[in-house]
Amino acid sequence: MTIPAHEQLLQMYEEEHDLEHYQGCIPRWCTGCGDNAILTAVQKLCRSERLRPEKTVFVSGIGCSSRFPHYMKAYGFHGIHGRALPVAEGVRMVRPDLKVFVNTGDGDCCSIGAAHWIHAVRYNMDLTVMLHDNHVYGLTKKQASPTSPRGLKSNTTPRGSFLDALNPLSVTLGVQNVSFVAQAVDWIPELVYEVIRAAYHHKGFSFVRIIQRCPEWLPGLLDPWVKEPQKIRILQHEKGIRLSAGLASVYTNVMPHDPADIDEAREIASCVDPIPVGILYHNPTIPCYEDCFAGKPMRTPEMIQAGLEAEFDKFTVWPEGSERLAPV
Amino acid sequence: MQTVETQLTSPSKGVVTLKEHVIEVISDSGEGAQRCGQSLGSIAARMGNGVWTVEIIPAEIQPPARSIEGASGNRVRIGSWRVANGGDETDLVVAFNEQVLLGRVRSGELRPDCQILLESMWGEHPDEAVAASYREVVEELKAAGYRLYEVPFEKECRHLTIDPRRGKNMFVLGVLCNLYSMNLDLAREQIRLAFRKKPDRVIQSNLDLLEAGHAWAEGNLDFQYRIPAVRATEPQIVVNGNAALALGVLASGMEVCAMYPITPATSASHYLSEVFPNVGGVVHQAEDEIAACAFAIGASYAGKCAITITSGPGFSLKQEGIGLAVMAEIPLVVVNVQRGGPSTGLPTKMEQGDLLTAIYGSHGDAPKVVMAASTIEECFHSVITARRIAETFNMVVVLLTDAALATSQQPFPRPAFDPAWLCPPVDQSAVPAGADPYDWDPETGMAPRFVPGQPGGMHTLTGLAHDRRSRVAYDPAANEEGLLHRSLKLAALQKTLKPPVLHGDPEGDLLVLGWGSTRGAIEEAVDRVRADGLRVSSANLTFLQPLQPGLGEMMKGFRKVMTIESNWSDRPSNSIINADNRRYSALAMMLRSRYLVDVDCWSEVKGQPLKPASVHRLLCDTVKSMAPAAAPRKARR
Repeated sequence: MTIPAHEQLLQMYEEEHDLEHYQGCIPRWCTGCGDNAILTAVQKLCRSERLRPEKTVFVSGIGCSSRFPHYMKAYGFHGIHGRALPVAEGVRMVRPDLKVFVNTGDGDCCSIGAAHWIHAVRYNMDLTVMLHDNHVYGLTKKQASPTSPRGLKSNTTPRGSFLDALNPLSVTLGVQNVSFVAQAVDWIPELVYEVIRAAYHHKGFSFVRIIQRCPEWLPGLLDPWVKEPQKIRILQHEKGIRLSAGLASVYTNVMPHDPADIDEAREIASCVDPIPVGILYHNPTIPCYEDCFAGKPMRTPEMIQAGLEAEFDKFTVWPEGSERLAPV
Repeated sequence: MQTVETQLTSPSKGVVTLKEHVIEVISDSGEGAQRCGQSLGSIAARMGNGVWTVEIIPAEIQPPARSIEGASGNRVRIGSWRVANGGDETDLVVAFNEQVLLGRVRSGELRPDCQILLESMWGEHPDEAVAASYREVVEELKAAGYRLYEVPFEKECRHLTIDPRRGKNMFVLGVLCNLYSMNLDLAREQIRLAFRKKPDRVIQSNLDLLEAGHAWAEGNLDFQYRIPAVRATEPQIVVNGNAALALGVLASGMEVCAMYPITPATSASHYLSEVFPNVGGVVHQAEDEIAACAFAIGASYAGKCAITITSGPGFSLKQEGIGLAVMAEIPLVVVNVQRGGPSTGLPTKMEQGDLLTAIYGSHGDAPKVVMAASTIEECFHSVITARRIAETFNMVVVLLTDAALATSQQPFPRPAFDPAWLCPPVDQSAVPAGADPYDWDPETGMAPRFVPGQPGGMHTLTGLAHDRRSRVAYDPAANEEGLLHRSLKLAALQKTLKPPVLHGDPEGDLLVLGWGSTRGAIEEAVDRVRADGLRVSSANLTFLQPLQPGLGEMMKGFRKVMTIESNWSDRPSNSIINADNRRYSALAMMLRSRYLVDVDCWSEVKGQPLKPASVHRLLCDTVKSMAPAAAPRKARR
């Protein structure tokens, strides 16, 4: 059966959204902040995937990164520091019809929310998680974060930070049930978009780390990598992402890598210079936690009543002479 | 029979009729005394008796064997009529070794002439130290006047099972069924129910032990009791408080319970995990308490009001999440099965120490509803009420129970299912153009809530101060607007509440106010002093925040008002304590500040449920110490 042309047109009109349809408040991030690149990529993704704004939820914690939902026109949940993941898990559990994204920072995810991060990987719920990693606490004005390079002089480490940086990719790849790990850098927008798009299409916990610049607190920290394309290693595979011809001609440090190979993925993850970008690991066969409850019956008042009465029956003492006896 | 002493002179078994008895079964952990006591309670309830069971739980899973601190078991109060608390000292105790018994004696739990059935095998133990300790305790207890019977439980069980340590409890149950003239058929039914997940072979073995115990008591013990039951005319449910909570979750229509294991709350989630999937519900064991709270908030935000069940330490950890739900106006039900605190405190014991944390917890002004269940029945119904309030007002509702309610069993009328208990379906209708996500009603503070999926309702909810459009707003007016409306909701709810019900006359010398599980002991003590002619009444508060209306008027009818609570209050008898530094019990503090009435308080924080006798003594002393009632004031004027 064909749909009349005018209805097709109407449907197209309803389903198609311009970029503006996904734009919320005007971002208040600093000029040159990497968060802007992620926002642009995500708005573009929403448009190209025709996501319905009312069926899309962005959950965040606290920090510069976590202002993200305010700048989208969708449902947003700007919660408390470190707890974006469990909130998103709760949403995902009860609403399979929604698309759920998580925006979190290196402090939010890898420090105060680290316990949730580890377990979120293990639950493997269908969430697209973006780790905005700028290696510093920005909103609280320059303190060392878990991903700050050793020696970083910050307001809490004026003589230089003492510890080596935590590697979010290695940690994620070390957790049981890991199913999708990718990395991008904010100064290659096409890459940010492609990686987030691949993450969005993965059913499960897709973890994307975006290495991003903080021009306010760490100006120039990433300059060697921004200015030298050879210091970016492109992971290439037919199941991975593809760079446009123009970009491919600039970024020629290419490494073939099959995202199914977890051992190689772990090896790649441990390399910090050059920065590996693309899909490190992808395994679509890991079961999702929410699906363990799938096939649960549709909840109707009748069914809840029947379940409740059955439980009551187990514990009921019937009055003398009553027809019904406690079941054995 | 190795009767050491008996005061029962009748050679033939005369059955003594009792109004009530308190019976204890205690053993080393893992020997099954808890199951034995619980089963006795359930059988008595099936007989139609009033019952209240209290668990005696050590803090460790396997504490040292034969140790005072390792005593594990159950205390069962059985009466002819409805029983609302654990009662006073124990009348009859069955002990599997003399050390666990000694613990109960030393803590003054046994009546001076308590009957004791003590496992006798320790007297012939190859380890001379054990045998000597046994003989020493037996002599000590006899000298102290206890009626002690040495019983070869283990030897008798060896005829029936190769592992008497695991089967002895059912033999003891048989003995007790005989001693209290219980219907053996009901006992068999109860065993089948208790072991329903075990193979038939195990059930049969337990039934054999039950019958052997019954026969042994019939042939070897020369006393027998009967506690006539005034049978209820309607069906009764017999469960403990935590199971009642879980049934309440089922009945409330909620779909998600997020939790993290913590004593004494966990058994609610154990049972819920077993039955929730039957109605499409999910129990999520989160990675920690904070995540459990956040997960529940996420589910609630997405349209399915959720619950998180915890106890003291977990409740502290959830406070930031609770504050977020308050700020963003997300409905949430939080159950705190209170235990002794602060810190790890007394994990298995009862206390009412979390009232002020429940009301004032979380930083800033975070108004939330606080309710307390005072009976097993209320554990069930409160969850349903809590869910309805949470969703009606988009508020956090904290439901307080405690370790005593958690493990106590008391029959209550089987509830008749009401479809109104359930949640409405998630609203997915389009939001009218121009509607604000926080369209606060100026009078009630209430606002509709936009749930993801509703076209046109897109907004970003935030824990930051926000305006009606949910935009981050730091300006002074917007902040006060939010504070005002979140606060007004409590007042709006308060307008819908009923006044508390008075137990006793509306006028008198002393009014006792209480909340939570202490209600049973308070009301029983009030009944006792009223029977002695004292002019004392009591009232139990179901809502602690907001307080129920009519309290101020109620207090005016009495010369003195005091609270009785299981949380700490400084005692005026301490020389350093005076009016300037005395710390009052939680409810007393609330009432003093709200009503400017000189509300006194008395508290006991021993980790044990209050005993009616202690409250009875207190009430007598309090009334006695009051200045004689003035001659009618009007006459003096």
